[in-house]
Amino acid sequence: MSATNSTILNLPDQKTATLPKRNYINAEDGLLSWLFTGDHKRIGMLYLISITFFFFIGGAFAGLIRLELLTPQPDLVASDTYNKLFSMHGIIMVFLFLVPSVPATIGNFLIPIMIGAKDLAFPKINLLSWYLYWIGGLFTLTAMVLGGVDTGWTFTTPLSTHYLNTHVVTAGLGVFIIGFSSIFTGLNFIVTIHRMRAPGMTWFRMPLFVWSNYAASILMVLGTPVLAITLVLVVLERTIGIGVFDPTKGGDPLLFQHLFWFYSHPAVYIMILPGMGVISEVISTFSRKRVFGYTAVAFSSVAIALFGFFVWAHHMFIMGVSNYSALVFSLLTMLVAVPSAIKTFNWAFTLQKGSITFETPMLYAFGFLGLFTIGGMTGVFLGALGMDIHLTETYFIVAHFHFVMVGGMLMAFLAGVHFWWPKMTGRMYPESLSKLAAVTTFIGFNLTFLPQFILGYLGMPRRYHSYPPEFQVLNVLSTAGATVLGVGYMLPLLYLAWSLKYGEIAGNNPWQATGLEWQIQSPPLTENFIEVPIMDHEAYDYEWLAHKTEQEVTTVG
Amino acid sequence: MHISPVLWQFLVKWLNASALFPREASTIAPYTDALYFFLLLITVVGLIVVGTLIFGFALRYRKERHPVAVPIEGSTLLEATWTIIPLALFLIVFVWGALLYFRIYTPPVNSMNIYVVGKQWMWKAEHPGGQHEINALHVPTGRPIQLTMISQDVFHSFSIPDFRVKREVIPGRYSTVWFQATTPGTYHIFCTQYCGTNHSAMIGEVTVLSPDDYEKWTRESTSGMSLAQNGERLFASMGCNACHSGAATARGPNLAGVYGSRLKLTSGSEVLVNEAYLRDAILNPSQHITAGYAPIMPTYQGQISEDGLIDLVEYIKGLQTNYRVQQTLTTSESNQAAPTTPGAVKP
Repeated sequence: MSATNSTILNLPDQKTATLPKRNYINAEDGLLSWLFTGDHKRIGMLYLISITFFFFIGGAFAGLIRLELLTPQPDLVASDTYNKLFSMHGIIMVFLFLVPSVPATIGNFLIPIMIGAKDLAFPKINLLSWYLYWIGGLFTLTAMVLGGVDTGWTFTTPLSTHYLNTHVVTAGLGVFIIGFSSIFTGLNFIVTIHRMRAPGMTWFRMPLFVWSNYAASILMVLGTPVLAITLVLVVLERTIGIGVFDPTKGGDPLLFQHLFWFYSHPAVYIMILPGMGVISEVISTFSRKRVFGYTAVAFSSVAIALFGFFVWAHHMFIMGVSNYSALVFSLLTMLVAVPSAIKTFNWAFTLQKGSITFETPMLYAFGFLGLFTIGGMTGVFLGALGMDIHLTETYFIVAHFHFVMVGGMLMAFLAGVHFWWPKMTGRMYPESLSKLAAVTTFIGFNLTFLPQFILGYLGMPRRYHSYPPEFQVLNVLSTAGATVLGVGYMLPLLYLAWSLKYGEIAGNNPWQATGLEWQIQSPPLTENFIEVPIMDHEAYDYEWLAHKTEQEVTTVG
Repeated sequence: MHISPVLWQFLVKWLNASALFPREASTIAPYTDALYFFLLLITVVGLIVVGTLIFGFALRYRKERHPVAVPIEGSTLLEATWTIIPLALFLIVFVWGALLYFRIYTPPVNSMNIYVVGKQWMWKAEHPGGQHEINALHVPTGRPIQLTMISQDVFHSFSIPDFRVKREVIPGRYSTVWFQATTPGTYHIFCTQYCGTNHSAMIGEVTVLSPDDYEKWTRESTSGMSLAQNGERLFASMGCNACHSGAATARGPNLAGVYGSRLKLTSGSEVLVNEAYLRDAILNPSQHITAGYAPIMPTYQGQISEDGLIDLVEYIKGLQTNYRVQQTLTTSESNQAAPTTPGAVKP
């Protein structure tokens, strides 16, 4: 027993412990058994490897961008190259990393287990979704290798349709195809959550992670088709000039932005909601308490998903939309901020009267809370109509969405990966090294993006290759931060790979957590449960867990 | 540790030259900054509240001090508190932001109009008096200036951070923004909407002058022809006056005094004639037929540049009588250009 007073970590005796003889990893051998698997856990792991690959490509682009911005002059790369760097950074990070990050990896692995099911409803569609992800990914990589694309991740017309000679069609088709992988994941989750819950697993006994993925799935299924339509129109405009977005043919270039943001604003919630689910699980486990106001947190996920569809035009306040429609969209934007505030306070109060320990996932979760609060509040700046005029299209926007997407989502993703790593692999990651990584990431992140708020208020426009010299000091700080951040992200890659072979054996339930996934062996069997579990208690019931452990000790030992 | 004096000098200079807060150089800037500081305040307070809760609970209820957790289900009262207080704050921000938005995007009636054409990758300003500037804009203090802007190619965005104003410049559609500069000096103009290769080179400078200096600048940099005078030439050379002659039997409607009026269309709708309407009516006449006229006007899409359209619009705006239109018509056989001295046309 390695448990001391300040940790809940409860590992089996390392001298005698072994990984389970039969589990989903060694159930079948050979590469083909992975490539043709229907097992949600294996597909989750395939996704995890895939998105990590794309994350580091996108991260390398970010590094080059920050390096260029070290000096005011355009000196490291040519302007066209710079434009390609930020475009590819955006496309890869949004569509190939952030959207699938938690749902397709951790969600895929855990949602069936959390609700007591054997697999997702459509295992083959699940595998198809991974293949579509890769086909889309290869299109994007092809566009990159052939010379890149410089539309920005937003593909804004008429720039993308008439004024660029780069591989817009290839990249556009890539994103179009990835969209279907996201739709299939969402569809699978919705059907699974509706139809395959174990006996006794009522809606309000589900872990909040399942709720938040359910809300994100609705957004994926309803929103992504609009993106697909929009991209098809862009491709048709470019190839045969159908003119839907072309003012000289009676089309409307603003229509593109309406359609694009109708998907891409909900996409923000597709990215953040599953992360919020991770935070609920982690905070509950490490404070040994049920999440404060379970129903409020569950419903706030659904509220975010619903309101999220009706705020898209807040990306267009300065675009000459009618003043009155701007009013409506600003008001709705303020309303969608409320559920996020509710969640934040609920997480904070979950700690109250808990018995708190500070393992790595919890450190990442604390980081999430702080950064997400800043990210959310700066969103209110941008939702306020008059304020948005000065702030939009500047580095303030860049800082804001990186606080939400990187400070929020990536922190949550890393919290989740560390939290469930023992379940996925059966082995522990090295604890002190990972704590160092969590702290490094937090410091590096703040150093990178806090100066960008100041730059934004000064008016430095986003996507600028060169800038006036008086902005240099803040840009140097930001680049320095990005270096620290890069180290923070490399560390987990290295030690998690190391832990696959050398990590301590984790046992079934190293965190003493209550979810169904922790009541089975690590790594789990292919069929997850030996017999269908019966849910006879509420979610996050630590008394039930204590009682169960006591019984096991008396009967077995 | 020893730092070389040269390096030290460099560092001091570099840090002193760096900016932390933009200048307030327009009448709007203080209003924007007030809201900004309010938002900063609630953000900091919010962060302190969340931070205090998290750190307070984390220290007080850490496992060493509090080994056994006490289950709590939740509290409707607390849920209501942290729903209502943020909601109320956000609604205050909404109202404040909306008031600011209407202030920034509603130009005063007496404002001076300057046209701005954006194209990859430059800004061209056209003053009513005929002064043209590239990547530069001269304006006087103390007078509201309205910019009527259009793009010739892709989306651009016209931003002057020190004035706290910005507006998208859209292909095929006029958009407007206004400001009143308060302090003479030069300020950045940025294109803030990504517009292709040299996006970050699509920058310029606003030069704010005192009214006297501005008068001087206007006199010295005029090209000799006002926009309206250019427009009058175009009007004749493109043959607009053949139909829009103002005569009772003319095939096109009378344009004198049409600007600012309310026009009944054959479609039954009524429109206010402003710059955008005039531009649209030249490019897509079939969709803007004045009641009582036949849809015979051809489209001028692709035949007039945005600069030419601005000249025409400016000419029609100032047109009060048709006297010179008819004069030009009767003398057009001799191919005589319009006289350069302003007559019935107001610059």
